[in-house]
Amino acid sequence: MLTYVLRRLASIIPVAFIAVTACFFILRLAPGGPFDQERALPPAILRNLRAAYDLDQPLVIQYFIYIGRLLRGDLGPSMVVQDFTVSQLLALGLPFSLMLGLFAFVIATVAGIAAGTIAAVNQNKWPDYVLVLVVMIGLIIPNFLMGSILQLVFGVYLRWLPAGGWQNGSMAHLVMPVIVLAWPHAARISRLMRGSMIEVLGSNYVRTAKAKGLGERLVLSRHAIKPALIPVVSYLGPGLSYLLTGSLIVEQIFSLPGIGRYFINAALSRDYGLVLGTVILYMAIILVLNLLVDLAYAWLDPKVRYR
Amino acid sequence: MSNLKETIIMQFATVLKGGLLAGFMAMAMSGSALAVTLNLHNGGDPRTLDPHQVSGNWEDRPVSDYIEGLMTLDAVGSPILGQAASYDVSDDGLVYTFTLRDDITWSDGTPVTARDFVVGAQRMQDPAKAADYAYLMHFIENAEAINSGEITDFDELGVKALDDKTVEITLNAPTPYLLAALAHYTAYPVPAHVIDEVGDQWTAMENIVGNGPYTPVEWVPGSFIRSVKNENYYDAANVQIDEVIYHITEDDNAALNRYRAGEFDILSSFPADQYQLLQDQYPGEAHVAPFLGVYYYVMNQTDPALADVRVREALSISINREVIGPDVLGTGELPAYGWVPPGTSNYEGEAYMPDWASEDYGARVERAQALMEEAGFGPDNPLNLQLRYNTNENHRRIAVAIGAMWEPLGVNIELFNAEVGPHYDALQAGDFQIGRAGWLMDYDDASNMLDLLKSGVSQGDGINWGNNYGRYSNTEYDALLAEAATELDLEARAALMHEAEAIAMDEFGVLPIYFYVSKWVVSPSISGFEDNAVDRHLVRYMSKSE
Repeated sequence: MLTYVLRRLASIIPVAFIAVTACFFILRLAPGGPFDQERALPPAILRNLRAAYDLDQPLVIQYFIYIGRLLRGDLGPSMVVQDFTVSQLLALGLPFSLMLGLFAFVIATVAGIAAGTIAAVNQNKWPDYVLVLVVMIGLIIPNFLMGSILQLVFGVYLRWLPAGGWQNGSMAHLVMPVIVLAWPHAARISRLMRGSMIEVLGSNYVRTAKAKGLGERLVLSRHAIKPALIPVVSYLGPGLSYLLTGSLIVEQIFSLPGIGRYFINAALSRDYGLVLGTVILYMAIILVLNLLVDLAYAWLDPKVRYR
Repeated sequence: MSNLKETIIMQFATVLKGGLLAGFMAMAMSGSALAVTLNLHNGGDPRTLDPHQVSGNWEDRPVSDYIEGLMTLDAVGSPILGQAASYDVSDDGLVYTFTLRDDITWSDGTPVTARDFVVGAQRMQDPAKAADYAYLMHFIENAEAINSGEITDFDELGVKALDDKTVEITLNAPTPYLLAALAHYTAYPVPAHVIDEVGDQWTAMENIVGNGPYTPVEWVPGSFIRSVKNENYYDAANVQIDEVIYHITEDDNAALNRYRAGEFDILSSFPADQYQLLQDQYPGEAHVAPFLGVYYYVMNQTDPALADVRVREALSISINREVIGPDVLGTGELPAYGWVPPGTSNYEGEAYMPDWASEDYGARVERAQALMEEAGFGPDNPLNLQLRYNTNENHRRIAVAIGAMWEPLGVNIELFNAEVGPHYDALQAGDFQIGRAGWLMDYDDASNMLDLLKSGVSQGDGINWGNNYGRYSNTEYDALLAEAATELDLEARAALMHEAEAIAMDEFGVLPIYFYVSKWVVSPSISGFEDNAVDRHLVRYMSKSE
């Protein structure tokens, strides 16, 4: 098991290296540059700017400069938010994105598993229909619309919750963003859970357990839940990395200081350093999460062995 | 890396702790009298708070509230004395001598001296600082040469400290808009005593000091910048708002929701499709006012078809500009028939207005068809043009509308959109036929608009066309502008520039479509906000009633 973990960790290094290299060069293939604006800069000024960021060097040299810095743990300057380095921007935004993502993840997972189980046990009865309806709402309405609707209802009309922002740090600011972020994930998890639970409940060993005279609760909690969770767990890894990295829209609508926005904004404004920094961070998160998911299988399914 | 990790962990703890603490504090403080806070929606994150590195109006707002130049603006956007108590001008208009106020200090108590202005001006032109707006100050003696690296001794710059309280500025040519230009952030001083110690880090929150009415104290990227009143400011007694929060929200719909929820006092923009709702539900709160900018199409005059003035005329007169603002955009942008926006300073005289503007639109289209036929185009031989615009819903709608207006002329339009960077790259390279462009004036003077249509200058093995994307060129036009540049009498200068504008417009050198309007939403609890043509609004003039 330990060697497995170590081997997996070691394999992250070449993957990360290839991803950084590919990303570095693909970014430069995109037309435009970080200093393009609505008006032409005089050539002398453009030359000054390019020199200040080493952009006047040949691309290969720039690449080695970047890798050299990276190995020393320096992600370089941001060209678009100059008053901060890339490391500072990510360090300021990451805790917030992690907090937002983890809250949404916990709520989506608990709510999704509970809803899926209840729906499966009550298959084709009213609780099933109600839950399917709620789930569909979460899947159908895109998050920017859901965010605006919640803002209007709870922020503008009822005034129960702040409509956005984070300037006084109160947890009330997180309620709507977490709901918007968690809802579609809870929906997907509950659908997976419902399907797999229905299948498990129809299987022979559950019938045997019931025939032995075990109560419904005991059958569910002792025999059915764990195997039914396996497809859900496969989804949790990618699901969590999506929640941690895909909060762009939610962060923008509610003006929250996370890092999701940097991914798109930096790419659009060709802030090479910030894009690469974000990619590296997301890659680290995704690779680690995938490893955790693989380890979780062993706990759930004794047939899975690690070599 | 370890440094980063530690910061992350620390940040995480701070966020959690801050959340709890702030929650308790909010509960404890609710009910008691709080300082007056202005919640201002400000758009994106500034690139920096260094006045010599910024270039956008969302950067100008926090910057101009914390640093003040020799001149500043009044509530309606006219230049007034700021850090200077008085000034003298030499008879030839080339040397300005400013005397600083006695009672001015930085927010840390250090006196503001003439050296702060000299260091600011030198940093602006320092090639190593790579300031992209350096060229706005190239009217100062030797500025351009220092900026391009030709002169390496910064003391040769035409901004000098005669003593602690006297700044002398020497110009290349008389510059009628100098006082307005000195109220712009490109002319702001910097705290030389802080820069001596920390260099470029002077704008970091732990080092930053200002000489304006407010001082920034907190910046959470992606969320807000918070500035508090500077008690050392000379006019602090009249500054009524204690704290300004510049909220960072790029999503205009979300910002409007937060305004409606009472979280914002002022919005610096709003979605055009919500204008009706604002007028219905919040009468008088939406401020739509003309400001100095033009939305226009450039026609590439190196293209054989577009080099023909008849084709350009046909394309221009067949655009029904009256429907663009009210109907296509819905926010009442003003139709543009001339090149210089209304309200521009130093531009006495009648605004350019062609006769065809008042002609019946149907008749104009018929005349345009006739012109196209003369030029050899018609239903059998249509003119195919590509229309490039930068990706944006409003640009698309205008392009579609104008494409439809050109259809009866036998002009087939292919729409092509790209992100803003690549789009302007193509325009600058001349790689287009018709292109969408916009120009927000850098300073309030007609020359800033008219210079856009000057012929390119030879440079090395090519011609540098600058921002004259359409490559319009007329020697008479160039001569008039050159004459205006040295004319000291403002009325005579304005007359020369009017003449030049008429030449370029009569030749349809470019297609102005509308003059920009600023779109603010201001809560009735705020007073002291005045619409103005330069669209700059200092918070020091505002007050808030509960």
